[in-house]
Amino acid sequence: MTVSAGYYLALAGLMFTIGVVGVLIRRNAIVIFMFIELMLNAVNLAFVTFSRMHGNVDGQVLVFFVLVVAAAEVVVGLAIIALISRHRETDNVDDIHLLSR
Amino acid sequence: MSDVPFLDITIFVPLAGALLLAFIPTQRSTWIRYGALAVSLIAFVTSLGVLLNFETSNAGFQLGSTASWIPQWGISYATGVDGISLWMVMLTTFLMPLGILASWSIEKRLKPYFIFLLALETGMLGVFSSLDLFLFYVFWEATLVPMYLLIGMWGYERRIYAAMKFFLFTLVGSLLMLAAILYVYFSVQNPTFNYQTLLAQVHFDAGVQRWLFLAFFASFAVKVPLVPLHTWLPDAHTEAPTAGSVMLAGVLLKMGVYGLIRFAIPLFPNAAREFVPWIMALAIIGIVYGAVVAIMQRDLKRLVAYSSVAHLGFVVLGVFVGSIQGMSGGILQMVNHGLSTGALFMLVGALYDRRHTRRIADFGGLAKSVPILSGVFLFVALSSLGLPGLNGFVGEFLVLLGTFLSYRWWVIPAAFGIVLAAIYLLWAYQRVFQGEPDLEANRTLPDLRVREMIMLAPLVALIVFIGVYPKPFLDRIEPAAQRVVTVLNQGRPTPELQSSAETQP
Amino acid sequence: MIPGPDFLGLAGTIILTTLSTAVFLLFFGSRLNRWSTLAQRIPGWVGWLAAISVGRAFFEAIVLLVRLLERPEEHRSIAVHAFDWLSVGGFKVGFDFLIDPLSVTMVLVITGVGLLIHIYSIGYMKGDPRFSRFFAYLNLFTASMLLLVLADNLLLLYVGWEAVGLCSFLLIGFWFEKPSASNAAKKAFIVNRIGDFAFLLGILLIAGTVGNLTLGQVNAQAGAMAAGTATTICLLLFAGATGKSAQIPLYIWLPDAMEGPTPVSALIHAATMVTAGVYMVARMSPLFEASGGIALTVVGYIGALTALWAALMAAAEYDIKRVLAYSTISQLGYMFLAHGVGGYSAGMFHLVTHAFFKALMFLGAGAVMHGLGGETDMREMGGLRKVMPITGWTFMMGWLAICGVIPFAGFFSKDAILATAWAQGEYVLWAIGIATAFLTAFYMSRLYFRVFEGRVKVPEGVHAHDVPWTMAVALIPLAGLALVGGFLNLPGSLTLEHFLEPVVGESTVPHGLTPWLLAGGALLVAALGIAVAGSLYLSRSGNVRRRTLVHRLGPVAVAARNKFYVDEIYGYGIVLPAKRAAAFAADVFDPKVIDGAVTGIGRLVGRTSEAIRGMQSGYVRSYAATFLIGVVIITSVLLARVGT
Repeated sequence: MTVSAGYYLALAGLMFTIGVVGVLIRRNAIVIFMFIELMLNAVNLAFVTFSRMHGNVDGQVLVFFVLVVAAAEVVVGLAIIALISRHRETDNVDDIHLLSR
Repeated sequence: MSDVPFLDITIFVPLAGALLLAFIPTQRSTWIRYGALAVSLIAFVTSLGVLLNFETSNAGFQLGSTASWIPQWGISYATGVDGISLWMVMLTTFLMPLGILASWSIEKRLKPYFIFLLALETGMLGVFSSLDLFLFYVFWEATLVPMYLLIGMWGYERRIYAAMKFFLFTLVGSLLMLAAILYVYFSVQNPTFNYQTLLAQVHFDAGVQRWLFLAFFASFAVKVPLVPLHTWLPDAHTEAPTAGSVMLAGVLLKMGVYGLIRFAIPLFPNAAREFVPWIMALAIIGIVYGAVVAIMQRDLKRLVAYSSVAHLGFVVLGVFVGSIQGMSGGILQMVNHGLSTGALFMLVGALYDRRHTRRIADFGGLAKSVPILSGVFLFVALSSLGLPGLNGFVGEFLVLLGTFLSYRWWVIPAAFGIVLAAIYLLWAYQRVFQGEPDLEANRTLPDLRVREMIMLAPLVALIVFIGVYPKPFLDRIEPAAQRVVTVLNQGRPTPELQSSAETQP
Repeated sequence: MIPGPDFLGLAGTIILTTLSTAVFLLFFGSRLNRWSTLAQRIPGWVGWLAAISVGRAFFEAIVLLVRLLERPEEHRSIAVHAFDWLSVGGFKVGFDFLIDPLSVTMVLVITGVGLLIHIYSIGYMKGDPRFSRFFAYLNLFTASMLLLVLADNLLLLYVGWEAVGLCSFLLIGFWFEKPSASNAAKKAFIVNRIGDFAFLLGILLIAGTVGNLTLGQVNAQAGAMAAGTATTICLLLFAGATGKSAQIPLYIWLPDAMEGPTPVSALIHAATMVTAGVYMVARMSPLFEASGGIALTVVGYIGALTALWAALMAAAEYDIKRVLAYSTISQLGYMFLAHGVGGYSAGMFHLVTHAFFKALMFLGAGAVMHGLGGETDMREMGGLRKVMPITGWTFMMGWLAICGVIPFAGFFSKDAILATAWAQGEYVLWAIGIATAFLTAFYMSRLYFRVFEGRVKVPEGVHAHDVPWTMAVALIPLAGLALVGGFLNLPGSLTLEHFLEPVVGESTVPHGLTPWLLAGGALLVAALGIAVAGSLYLSRSGNVRRRTLVHRLGPVAVAARNKFYVDEIYGYGIVLPAKRAAAFAADVFDPKVIDGAVTGIGRLVGRTSEAIRGMQSGYVRSYAATFLIGVVIITSVLLARVGT
């Protein structure tokens, strides 16, 4: 049985939207981080779908790139968040607005 | 010619030393000090190898090496010195150990301080010996960062402001130059940054040349600095730590003039020729204006800084008058200015170490408490005001003679600069060293220490030596200078002294 | 010319002996006193060492003179080359020395008078905390002056020229604690620099015209120069001389220079340095002659006017050293007057005799100050010849010499100048000269009578004493020279004039009865000057007469006493406006206008960013929202494009 590509893309779009909304409304840095991951995976899903649709592997190759980037991002990002929460005893992103100074 | 690549070793010894210095534990301040001194001395010794192997009568580039670096983009590592850059390299390696000795009193963050100083040396040496525009630009910018940090971290009260100003001024200038370098790069058949290849191949029409010259000129004129682009200099000089001022005045300013001689004139000779009157006017304005402003300065370091503006005016004047006397004199004057002004900054630094002030009004009567310091100060001031028999006069006279040969009347305001120099230096000397020491603090100062004497003695010796016997310097400068003069004078005979026979009736 | 190695050796030794002593004393003079017990045991060894080095130079100078006299007259000009100095392109200048009658004369004067003044200084400067530095400077000066007169090219001459100016600066400001001394030193150097500026331009013009700076070549090609060029060169060189030799308009530094120790005034500001300009003009005489009349007329008239002007000020001055300073200016004016009428040998002759008697009088004034605890006001003195016989009698020799009383030195040299002026038909110059001679006799007699004759008067609380032997040793030979110095030019086999002739040429002298009449006239004028002074300062009713005279002269006397307000005119007319302009440039123009323009650009950028900055809240999520909005907009635009 085949599920048409449209469903996959709709799911990917839904996940991405949830991710965007989540990033915008949540304040906890780790939760925001998870929403970002969700967006990345939504994109991955879209890539895989297109790859299947067009019958070539370009999309799947890109997925690997995204995965690697995501992994790197987690490493660096989590380290930063951990350091910040250790220093300022908060993981609320609104408390951290050094950039405005 | 020797097979040892002395020049390349000299360039990278300081950088390597800086890296080694990083491994010395921070608490070992004595090791760090002596380590830095040793590194700079090694660089000086290897540079002596350059000097000794230099062929006097050869006008071309010598003792360098070429290696491809990024061949796809026509970037190579190409170095070499001629009679002009030779003395700039020597000046750099000579001043650095003295600058390090002058930094002995630094306590705060010693290690990075000396690392930056040594990194700066590699940058400066690279600027003077690069024969590849890309390499040149890399070194050029590489001097900016250590200097910025030296001023910004170890400077005095307004150091951040001064460092920022220094950085922005030079950066804006050098970005224009970068654009011009890229234009030049793409203008030849097989894009290359190699200086000598470019020199042989580039041909621009007048309009393009004019813009390219101006772009290079902007960068170099800021560095020199020519009036009205000079205002970063007093701030940077005043706020920089002693060694920073010494290097800034002694070497970094010369990079501007050197760039004009090495790149702006030979690459765009027609445009250079065209702008000569304007540049000369700026130079002469600089001579007079710098001196006039120096007269009324209240801060000793600012006074010396403005005197640099006047002196560099002489240098630029000599370089652009288009006669061999002017060019040679201008180049020699670069060395002279490095020695005299370097020594003056060291002495002002020594005064600051003792009194923690640079305000002229805070001093007075010091000749009584620190006779040796005051004697050396007067001596250096005399060299700076061009007393015949000392180095300053040799350069200034040749510049004036060169000016006179090409542009008679211009010599009058330029020569008046020497009267003004006497006024500001002697007045400052009088206010600082003569009179009765009224303030208690001025009465009980320690005179020059052994370390300070060791650091000033070579300067004093060279000031006399060049004043009396400049021949070894002039002989090496002349062939290279002649080449640039010929390029600058395209289609116009080089003004020369009439030989005695011609004037006979 | 056959340059022999012995001449280079001699010239080199003469300069290097004094120079090396100077350097040695500068570095080790006071230090050896601390380190070595031997040095401590010989008080004043520094002074003796310095004196010996000058004595050595004097001895070599005599050898030089003898060697020169051995040669036939036309071979008495020897140029020797030590080493190359500046050589770039076609321009070459070396350390070259010229030994000829003119330079040897100067060397003898410098080392001879210098030697006596060195010995004098050992007594005079005794106990000064900077004793050894004084002698170091004095030797440095001697070396520089010798370099000046021995130089064979103008650039090397210029080295000596500025170096003596430096030594003058150092020695005027020797007691730098006194603001007046340090001001005077600075003034001297800067005023000299203004003259040197012109001198340097002259050198450049010569280099550009002749292509060479060697004295011989410049003079040889003077005839080939365009008249205008030659005149310009001469005027520029002479402008330099007005600085160094204190002539109008640059004489103002010399009276102030009296702040220096008195031996310095004697050596530098009377006998040698200030005569450098006179020497230089004589040295360049072929050039001045070739330039056509204008330059020489200027030289003559500036000299004559300076002579008169300074004599007027001398007559109204009360400070003993300043009187002598004005007198020096006046006598230097005489020498230039001589040059202006082509009497170069007469000018040089006066230079030599003046060196004797003026050095003598300065040393005498120093002895007075030494004996009276530093007092310089003539009104506080009187009858000192009785208290200080050696000083008094020797000073009398100097006084008679400068007044031009026969047979003292000044009579012959002054007469030679006036006679030349007359013979050249320059009657105006002659008249100014004779008027000055009257004034000279008057003011010098005024000084002499006030200080040494009449009732004994010393400042309160001072025990006046005569000079120690080291000072007397210098005074007595100089007094002798003031007495017999004039015989140098007495007709005979070897007169100074004849000796100098190969260098400066023959001078015109009157013939027949005229010289005798002129000499008689000069003597008469001198006698008149002395008599007038005597009636005002020696006789009992002199006080009253003086008062009526000053009253009659009215504003002239007031003006003369105030140095004709020249210092004030320069101060308010030139120095103050220049200072204001410099202050404007330093405090307003540079920081506000030039730097203001640059920082203005920076501020503009700053303001703009300030405005934009409001959008930066610092909340990461607001950035994310902005980001999203941007993405949406861009995507929709792109889609819209694709759609169409």
